[in-house]
Amino acid sequence: MKQAIALNVNGELHDALVDSRETLLDTLRYKLGHMGPKEGCGNGNCGACTVVLNGAVVNACLVFAVEAAGADVTTVEGVAAEGNLHPVQQAFIEHGALQCGFCTPGFILSAKALLERNPNPSEPEIRLAISGNLCRCTGYDKIVRAIQAASQALSQTA
Amino acid sequence: MDAFEYAAPQHLQDAVALLAEASGEARPLAGGTDLIAQMKENRRSPSLVVDVKKVPELNVLSYEAGLHIGAAVSCTHIAGFEPVRVHYPALAEACALVGSYQIQNRAALGGNFCNAAPSADAVPPAVAYGATLVIAGPSGRREMPAEDFFVGPGQTVLEKGEVLVEIVLPSPPPYSGAAYLRFIPREEMDIAVAGVGSFVQLSPDARTCEQARIVLAAVAPTPVRAKEAEAFLTGRALDETTLAQAGELAAQDASPISDVRGSAAYRIELVKVLTRRTLGTALERVRGEAA
Repeated sequence: MKQAIALNVNGELHDALVDSRETLLDTLRYKLGHMGPKEGCGNGNCGACTVVLNGAVVNACLVFAVEAAGADVTTVEGVAAEGNLHPVQQAFIEHGALQCGFCTPGFILSAKALLERNPNPSEPEIRLAISGNLCRCTGYDKIVRAIQAASQALSQTA
Repeated sequence: MDAFEYAAPQHLQDAVALLAEASGEARPLAGGTDLIAQMKENRRSPSLVVDVKKVPELNVLSYEAGLHIGAAVSCTHIAGFEPVRVHYPALAEACALVGSYQIQNRAALGGNFCNAAPSADAVPPAVAYGATLVIAGPSGRREMPAEDFFVGPGQTVLEKGEVLVEIVLPSPPPYSGAAYLRFIPREEMDIAVAGVGSFVQLSPDARTCEQARIVLAAVAPTPVRAKEAEAFLTGRALDETTLAQAGELAAQDASPISDVRGSAAYRIELVKVLTRRTLGTALERVRGEAA
């Protein structure tokens, strides 16, 4: 069964014809060309597919595209404003918070969501906020440091 | 994944009619964090998926004459709802334990019930607070105590065409408190090896227990009440000794299996410890000593 849906992805309106089985992740990647969200586990454990759906971080692999009809979606491609990296992205670069980079789009969105609801998180709060994102390269420490640095950078500009 | 028809009705009676008239297996879809994962693994293959997130009755979240939680309300909304944080802290704690933020933003309390995992974290506190379930079906509405909802792992009493509409928790009586704890070997993002939700109501002089409900998770085919322990506590003064005795008795109502998460013997020990600790926290909450 195919259904036409409209999606607002990073501020751009798109139409897509989707099968009921198709996940939001597959629509974003293979129909709309947003390759930032990745498929790692496909069952909600790894967070590589993290996107913001109507204001909340979700695993795009556990959302049917038809459920997202009419929704606002932000992928990592929509995080940098007018070509300027978001402070979280800048901090990930400066702190070497990535190696292979597969998990990074998910971490960026989880970290950004954390800092939006809690601008000055403690280290346990940071680790809790990224518990739905797996990284097999860094051992997480540099990611935590990067998020702490982004928190400081954001508080100085606020 | 097998092909399926998808519908997202806006009226409860339409959701019921779609589910009732389906020729094959039909499943309601709330957050999808269990159902979609199961469909991907071909553990469930419904020919019709009825997305219930647009049905107003399933999106209710209100605190008047008790706490009313629509079956499709997400764990994030429940855990962040001020009356839940203030009056039902054990439920707020459990909703904040389910998976990651990504999962909590989708996963619904109604889904935690309908998925019927013995390890469901949000179920023991809801049952401990005395939850009632409101179910709509082709022949009308019915209500039942939440603890009677479960038949076995992944199985509930829901008949074809029936939809869980709402979870209703009574207003907490005076001098009452509750807590939920689970054990996992990791910090986060894991399935309970065992979990216990406890509720106590004390006498007005705070000396004796008037009522207790203890609900065990992941130690039986369904969540179970530890009725021996509850009866033991009723009318007794609650101190370290009686709480420990309640833990020992609660273990008698556990019938765990040994699996990759833990042995049966280990789960029995966990039930004793978690029962004692949740009763202790519930007691501290009655006395205003714990948040």
